[in-house]
Amino acid sequence: MSHPPRVASMHDLPSIVRVQDVSKRFILHKDKSVKERLTTFGRSRRHVQDFWALREMNLDIVTGSTVGLVGHNGSGKSTLLKVIGGIIQPTTGTVVRRGRMAALLELGAGFHPDLTGRENVYLNAAILGLNKFETDRNFDDIVEFSGISDFIDTQVKFYSSGMYVRLAFSVAVHVDPDLLLVDEVLAVGDEPFQRKCMDKIAEFQSEGRTIVLVSHSSDQVGRLCDRVVVLHAGSMVHDGDPAEGIRILRDGYEADRVNKIRSLPTVASVERLNIAAVEAETNTDDGHNNVVVKVAVNVSESVPGWGVGISIETTLGMRLYAMDSFGMDIALPTTIGQHMIELTLPDIRLGSGKYLVSVGLGLPTGENFDRKDSAASFDIPTDDYGMGLIRLKPTLTLASPTR
Amino acid sequence: MIRASAQERALRIEQEPLIPVGQSTGFITGTWSSIQDVWAHRELLTLLVKREIRARYKDSSLGVVWSLVKPLVQLLVYYFAIGQVLGVARNIPSFAIFVFVGLTVWGLFTEIVSSGTMSIVNNSGLVKKVYLPREIFPLASVGGALFNFSLQLVILVAATVVLGKFPLTTDLAYAPLALANVIVFGTAVAVVLAASTVYLRDIQHLVEVALTVAFWASPIVYSFSFVHRAIAGTFLEQIYLANPVTLSVLGMQKAFWIDGTAQTSQTNWPPDLALRMWISLAISIVLLWLGQRVFSRLQGNFAQEL
Repeated sequence: MSHPPRVASMHDLPSIVRVQDVSKRFILHKDKSVKERLTTFGRSRRHVQDFWALREMNLDIVTGSTVGLVGHNGSGKSTLLKVIGGIIQPTTGTVVRRGRMAALLELGAGFHPDLTGRENVYLNAAILGLNKFETDRNFDDIVEFSGISDFIDTQVKFYSSGMYVRLAFSVAVHVDPDLLLVDEVLAVGDEPFQRKCMDKIAEFQSEGRTIVLVSHSSDQVGRLCDRVVVLHAGSMVHDGDPAEGIRILRDGYEADRVNKIRSLPTVASVERLNIAAVEAETNTDDGHNNVVVKVAVNVSESVPGWGVGISIETTLGMRLYAMDSFGMDIALPTTIGQHMIELTLPDIRLGSGKYLVSVGLGLPTGENFDRKDSAASFDIPTDDYGMGLIRLKPTLTLASPTR
Repeated sequence: MIRASAQERALRIEQEPLIPVGQSTGFITGTWSSIQDVWAHRELLTLLVKREIRARYKDSSLGVVWSLVKPLVQLLVYYFAIGQVLGVARNIPSFAIFVFVGLTVWGLFTEIVSSGTMSIVNNSGLVKKVYLPREIFPLASVGGALFNFSLQLVILVAATVVLGKFPLTTDLAYAPLALANVIVFGTAVAVVLAASTVYLRDIQHLVEVALTVAFWASPIVYSFSFVHRAIAGTFLEQIYLANPVTLSVLGMQKAFWIDGTAQTSQTNWPPDLALRMWISLAISIVLLWLGQRVFSRLQGNFAQEL
């Protein structure tokens, strides 16, 4: 996937959306029916709960940019997208917008199961703002892109879910929007279709269309966006550089994870050997990142031949590396008491981001004494040149032209 | 090449004014912008009406015939039970035509109101996910109701031809006025109820009950002469005649039920029917405007309440 083409300068471009001091309060009613409202009349305060989904949000989006809205569940990112789309009205503040907008908050919103694919294409295109003439002109492209031309005259209730989203996405990308709002709907269909979707998004970017997308996939956000807005509990905590935004987001997850581990009760069956503490840190010297993992082990019973194993994972849970000390010619201490083991991973060539370290203690026979998943984490600073899972040191030379 | 198209787009967007998102809540300007908004989506409106109609009869083999079965069965029931058994038909010439005229108008009104009431809730998938002027949903219900009504009207006209009672008189001019009345009034009610139902779901059941009662408040299965005889000149008669649906039913009867004029000397219509209908139409238009204002006030929170 190629890097999104950046438009020359952010400053001389016109804004397409301006969000000014937008706050949104949700009032949660716990009673819906007349009976409930009558019986609780007068005491109704208790049945109403305020919830600020957005607080004094300010955002200026320029044409041609691709903005990712990220945050934990309930951080208000979808609400912000809906406010921009005009689906929800803000409690205070205003949103101004220009150009043609298409909102893809749910694929196939407005598909009617009893109508055929063809009828639904026309209906959905009209919902997204295309007139009959434009739909006629684009109809063949839409069907072609969806790849389900054989079933276009079948009622959509007989479609598989894959066919359904293909057709819906296909309509949505053919409406020629200046501003496209996308909520978690890009990961649809099989792999070739997903690739097609991503190509289409890249095409949109090169055509100077503005995309605002909500995603939980930091991977996707990092790949597509040139600006990331991180929301937390309705407030903006970061606005700008995508890699930095993703790091902040992951730090937030990390804080949650650490809190959760602390609250978990420790398992009792670890009396012979257990892990007291794990620390990991990165130190950078001369452009090399070295990671040091320190494990404090409590030895309560002398176990000869025990070893330590360490693995490194991404925050999304992909295992990058695993090792154990059995192959190394080092005998770990068997005296009772606490021992500190230090493992150095020199010149680690990982892309920027947060990585998790899991530690286990055991015997070569497979017996485990103790194990701590995601016990510590380390950060790798931002790469100078590129981004991705690994870090490379590219060089660029100008070769003399050949005749 | 890539840059060129991007720059062109940026330039074009720079020319456009920034428009506030969402509906304007200004009291008078709001209505105008809503009308413009709905007008801009008129193609979608027709598609939504078609969707309603197509989807309703898609899998039934008799299809659209079903929309005629209900009023025809009602006609038979009322014709025998009330007309023949209770003997109402003795005082009402061409009782079948009389009843059918009333039933079609009443059917139009109930369908506008009851499907309009549910229109926002039933389209919650769209309301929550896409921005559209939300008035379009109650209006689509009105469109669907009008489609059914027009089928029934064809049957009605055919019946008058077959029975040799084709209404070729100047009274036919009452028909468009009556229809305008029932459509505007019904839409006003539907728009308010559609918005309120989102917040209070009980309304749909209340509407059903209210419609059942209201059926008897208009001269559909009995003629106005019965009412006139009982409460002539009283305040009650004025209240009875203040009902826009009643006026519409009377207007349609005036237009299509020629035996009501030709074969009886009874007071089947109040003398100033036309004037009353014009006044009622004017009031209904004001109600529709007020209803739209209520609707646009309430619609801001639809997406979160559904």
